[in-house]
Amino acid sequence: MKSISRSLFRSRRGVNQRQLGGAGVLRNEHNDRYAFQIRLAVALLLIACAFGLLFARFFWLQVLQHNRYMTLAEQNRISLVPVSPPRGLIRDRNGVVLAHNFSAYTLEITPSKVGNLNAAIDHINTLIEITPKDRRRFKKELEESKNFESLPIKTRLTDEEVARFAARSHEFPGVEVKARLFRHYPQGELASHLVGYIGRINDRDIENLKENGKLANYRGTDHIGKLGVEQSYEDALHGVTGFEKVEVDSGGRAIRTLDRTPPKPGSDLQLSIDMKLQTVVEKLFDKRRGALVAIEPGTGGILAFVSKPGFDPNLFVDGIDPISWKELNESIDKPLLNRALGGEYPPGSTFKPFMAMAALEGNYPLVHQTIADPGYFIYGNNKFRDSKPGGYGSMNFDRAMVVSSDTYFYQLAVQMGIDDIAAFMKQFDLGQRTGIDLPGERRGVLPSPEWKKQRFKKREQQKWYSGETVSIGIGQGYNSYTPLQMAHATAILANRGVVFRPHVVANLVDPVSGRATPVEPKPIRTQPWKPENIERVIRGMEGVMTQGTAARVFAGAQYTSAGKTGTAQVYSLKGAKYNAHAISERLRDHSWFIVFAPADKPKIALAVIVENGGFGAQAAAPIARATLDFYLTGKEPAAPASAVASAARPASSAAAASSPAEEERTSD
Amino acid sequence: MIKQLWLRIRQPVDPWLFLFTAMLFALSAVLLFSASNQDLDRVLNKIVFMGIAFGVMWAIANISQATLMRLALPGYILGVILLVLVEIAGKTVNGSTRWLNIGITHIQPSELMRIAVPMTIAWFFHHFEAQLNWKHFVGGALLLLVPVGLILKQPDLGTALMISASGFYVLYFAGLSWRLIGVMLAAGSTLVYVVLHWDWCINILHEYQCRRIATMLNPMEDPLGAGYHIIQGTIAIGSGGVFGKGWLSGTQTHLDFIPERTTDFIFAVFGEEFGLVGNAVLLVMYLLVIVRGLMIANTASTLFGRLLAGAIAMTFFTYAFVNMGMVTGILPVVGVPLPLVSYGGTSMVSILAGFGILMSIQRDRKLIRR
Repeated sequence: MKSISRSLFRSRRGVNQRQLGGAGVLRNEHNDRYAFQIRLAVALLLIACAFGLLFARFFWLQVLQHNRYMTLAEQNRISLVPVSPPRGLIRDRNGVVLAHNFSAYTLEITPSKVGNLNAAIDHINTLIEITPKDRRRFKKELEESKNFESLPIKTRLTDEEVARFAARSHEFPGVEVKARLFRHYPQGELASHLVGYIGRINDRDIENLKENGKLANYRGTDHIGKLGVEQSYEDALHGVTGFEKVEVDSGGRAIRTLDRTPPKPGSDLQLSIDMKLQTVVEKLFDKRRGALVAIEPGTGGILAFVSKPGFDPNLFVDGIDPISWKELNESIDKPLLNRALGGEYPPGSTFKPFMAMAALEGNYPLVHQTIADPGYFIYGNNKFRDSKPGGYGSMNFDRAMVVSSDTYFYQLAVQMGIDDIAAFMKQFDLGQRTGIDLPGERRGVLPSPEWKKQRFKKREQQKWYSGETVSIGIGQGYNSYTPLQMAHATAILANRGVVFRPHVVANLVDPVSGRATPVEPKPIRTQPWKPENIERVIRGMEGVMTQGTAARVFAGAQYTSAGKTGTAQVYSLKGAKYNAHAISERLRDHSWFIVFAPADKPKIALAVIVENGGFGAQAAAPIARATLDFYLTGKEPAAPASAVASAARPASSAAAASSPAEEERTSD
Repeated sequence: MIKQLWLRIRQPVDPWLFLFTAMLFALSAVLLFSASNQDLDRVLNKIVFMGIAFGVMWAIANISQATLMRLALPGYILGVILLVLVEIAGKTVNGSTRWLNIGITHIQPSELMRIAVPMTIAWFFHHFEAQLNWKHFVGGALLLLVPVGLILKQPDLGTALMISASGFYVLYFAGLSWRLIGVMLAAGSTLVYVVLHWDWCINILHEYQCRRIATMLNPMEDPLGAGYHIIQGTIAIGSGGVFGKGWLSGTQTHLDFIPERTTDFIFAVFGEEFGLVGNAVLLVMYLLVIVRGLMIANTASTLFGRLLAGAIAMTFFTYAFVNMGMVTGILPVVGVPLPLVSYGGTSMVSILAGFGILMSIQRDRKLIRR
């Protein structure tokens, strides 16, 4: 700097010289130097400005905005990586596994990182076979997810496929192999409606999780329970997601873990279900449609929960492909319908024991009377027919139960009136949700004037006609209940009025400590019924098993039992005579049976319905017999289900022809 | 004998310029060790190149001004021929045709032009010193525009800009009319204004060039594309604070958030680890080199020496300013290294070749005085 200022001084002298004497000279050494030094000075000024500007910028960034950039750098550096907890296992009461996890590799595509998806999949296909089914499933997943997450194109890669892909992974940007925990249901179709399944979290699930404030716990989780206990016990099964504070580089690769909050694994579920029993029952149904719910009366724990047909829950875990979905969803057999708690059927004569209980508790005059039974009942201008043409001549309370006399129960219903019937049936939780720990339970219909008012819109339809009360007495009319409700009501009776909430999960088991927490340890209420009344109804039901409609099916049983057959009409005959062979299979009556055993100290209470199975003793009772035999004596069913059924059929149809005490058939 | 040898080695070297350069080299070696994630091989490689660069500097410093002047025009003509050859038969890498295969190795003729262009224009003015008028400025401008045009065609915007700058500085020091400079500034600002308005821009420049400029103005608009460099660079520098995070402790650097962190963006590493204090020290070191260069220009014995020395010093300044400006987000991202600090042998050698010329000019002054 000094030299420059000195030269500036010097050159000023040069200018003076030029002014003094060198005027006419065009180019002058000193003149040039002076001009040059001016330019040097301007250049220095430019440098000063530029470096000043840089310094100001440094000051702005490093002092004034330092905090902001520090935060940004930290956010860059530290990433919270969710650590998903392992999902709880599902076991039956004896430890048989119904749902477990296994680790496997999947090939996943992040669509946002791949330009042409089809081309990319074609390219993958040259290395690892991608079936059309995989493609369809991927397409469906893609439509359902709006996020920038990776989606599986192929699951459960073999080790060889993983190695083959790893060697050439650089050719496939946006495609990667991931190790994941998979859910597997080793029992397949068995108990599928009970276990349910998990599926990929979709937009609607995310909305729900958001509303309940649970979304944060699902970071890093891809699947959520969609049905069955997988859905109803989702919170317990899922556990609590852990987090790792990880230092990451610009590519998102973890460099080291700074801090770790371990996940809390999901609780295991110990079901009250006995898988051996469940298996036996499902085999007994074979190809037939229907449901069976068996309850342990002393605990409310469900021993078997069958809805046939079922489905393979494994299909849903990785996203079901559209064709399989269509098959399941559009099948006339409705395999996706959970009949045990979602199917509503008129209970038919299985309603009579509850009517009998109501009559005794209400102490109606008819209980003490013997009535004439001509085989029909006339109310107003209507003639209500008995299933027994000609009737029994005379009938009293105890005999009416055993032989399932419609005439008697018609009259009983009229005497009690619809309000009293409805009020009493509520005590059996009929027409109410039982509160079972499974999703999708339906309420059924407990008919009453109030119900009718809510059900119908038109005024003339809202009125309750007293004639409608008559067929309510034999479980027809508007009556409509789920198999679960019937099993539950039977269990209440078996348990002498002590009511447990039915449940399929007995205990939540902590997988770390092994500590079990019971789900429903205590009864929810006790009905204040007179013990002698309860025993009298049960004696009647025992009569059904020994002398009545189920006597043949239960001949030779090594235990006492109390039950009732029933038939639910599918198709109104309008007075014509019912002929099972003359009408299409799908319009045949549903076959009902309720039973508990042993009669004095019941270990099991169940309700079973076989759709279009004919009358109660025909299809439902044999299944109940084989079920009780297996559960109480360990006797395996002698032959495959269909064989048992067909063996029972000729016997009972023979009985229908010969015995006057056979199953009823009613029409109005 | 040894003393004589030492004198022979020492004699052409300007001690101040050598000292400042050595200081910058020392700093750059330390910084590279951190920026390369402690890759000692790269640091050694850089040190080897420093040795080569010093050798080139020393050799050029020994050449007299007269010889330099004689070499200027042939060098320039050779360079232009090579650029034309690149255009015809060059090797294309990443869409740019910059390299020429000469059998043994590939060369980049535009590197030669970094020195040859200012030298030739300076020689041109020196040659016509006695009767300089506006026609000579036109001639000088033509000497500049021919190679710049060829390099822009490659395309290599960074090099073209730097060569334009060095040529412009020669014209400036030779006395380019202030009025004309004013007109050029006005035209330049108008051009920038036009460029900033996107619709106009794509009519004039390549779309990617417009995008770069637009991104510089608002990096957040394209955070994972072209803006990524700038955002991560400013985050690194800003998070460094006053004293920096310390050597080897920059998180942005070591977790790979800074792209090209050993080359064009090495300043972000420096700012993150050494903070505002380090940046100020670096600015001062650059200032020392530049001022020393301008002093040599001031005391040069010939017009050639004055013009060339001034242009070399100012070009060096421009490198430093453009690089630091682009890393901190006040200038668009053009591929300009941080002089003497960025990793890359070619750039280092060509800069020290320039310093060799400065020393030669400085030495000749002494000789003439004596």
